[in-house]
Amino acid sequence: MLRAQKLGEADRIVTLLTRDHGRVRAVAKGVRKTSSRIGARLEPFSHVDVQFYEGRTLDGVSQVEILSSYGAALVGDYSRYTAGQAMLETAERLTAEEREPTVQQYLLLVGGLRALVTNEHDPGLILDSYLVRSLAVAGWAPSFDACARCGVTGPHSAFNVAAGGALCTEDRLPGSAAPAVETFTLLGALLAGDWHTADASQSRARREASGLIAAYLNWQLERGLRSLPFVERNGA
Amino acid sequence: MYEGVVQDLIDELGRLPGVGPKSAQRIAFHVLQADPADVKRLANVLLEVKEKVKFCITCGNVAEDIECRICRDPRRDLTVICVVEESKDVVAIERTREFRGRYHVLGGAISPIEGVGPDDLRIKELMVRLADGTITELIIATDPNLEGEATATYLARLIGPLGLTVSRLASGLPVGGDLEYADEVTLGRAFSGRRTVEN
Repeated sequence: MLRAQKLGEADRIVTLLTRDHGRVRAVAKGVRKTSSRIGARLEPFSHVDVQFYEGRTLDGVSQVEILSSYGAALVGDYSRYTAGQAMLETAERLTAEEREPTVQQYLLLVGGLRALVTNEHDPGLILDSYLVRSLAVAGWAPSFDACARCGVTGPHSAFNVAAGGALCTEDRLPGSAAPAVETFTLLGALLAGDWHTADASQSRARREASGLIAAYLNWQLERGLRSLPFVERNGA
Repeated sequence: MYEGVVQDLIDELGRLPGVGPKSAQRIAFHVLQADPADVKRLANVLLEVKEKVKFCITCGNVAEDIECRICRDPRRDLTVICVVEESKDVVAIERTREFRGRYHVLGGAISPIEGVGPDDLRIKELMVRLADGTITELIIATDPNLEGEATATYLARLIGPLGLTVSRLASGLPVGGDLEYADEVTLGRAFSGRRTVEN
């Protein structure tokens, strides 16, 4: 479940990313009452098995069973909670069309949330890896090795969000960033899911990589994520 | 579409939370058919509430003075503060008659996805209240949902170094209900928050 918004006296509009039906918005009636049996199951971060009934404008939620409740583990750690919120918002924004199946985005989000909960990696790294990979699934894969304009293999020393990633010396555009070699290595590892390399990275490279990923995400989405400025990054 | 002022009234009523176009139309026609004295009283109360009601300078609760009724009451325990999200939570807790301390209304809960962070809430004001050394215990009574729990975590981490007793309202089974009808999350919390039965 991605988001819950209050509706009327005791209802909520819930937004879910489903395996087979893409992003779905539905009304959950009475879930804000303490007597609700499904209110506790319908919280953001919950991985649920849900049944809808067809409504006039929005469908309604009739049954909910919890598969995994990631929220309980994440709220106890503020940096993981804020990273998770940015992941939920990204998933919502990258699935612009409702009910358009996006199995890969679904699997990526579930995997990302599971990684946040298991505490095996730094939450900032998990978030950044999720962001670049979800952009790649959406068709906006940044290029961290080959030049985004001519395709020549790197390593390169320039990065331009508008051009789509790394640029060679010949194609370097004015206003391009000049990340360190270690930053490019980390960016590539985050995109490929190479956790051995990512975990070994230094805080300077992590800081630079997260800044470039945020800039690239904002460029592609045209409107920045609301949650990203609130993400608390450890040691970055 | 109705003519002139009737449509204006429907439009204004339709802007209220929880009032849709149909409800707005029904209320508007109720107003049209009501006794003029009743309508005037309603209009006066609406104007009066905006003129008179302010937010308490100490706790952020709604008040008709600089300080709210609870903060002005010398019989309240000055050493305990209960932190809530909204003024309506103060009313709910007051109904229990269990709490004799004072309150602090945050004005919402931390929700990054909605663009609400710690700086958007009255957390700085809370820290100022805690700094004078009078308060020894803080009860966090934010809503038992994800945003409320995240706000409680943030506050506990912030206030922890001050050495105060910080507690969170218990979650669990509703009084008068059957155990079999409890959902697994609530029942799980009831188990983890169980207490010893005294002889």
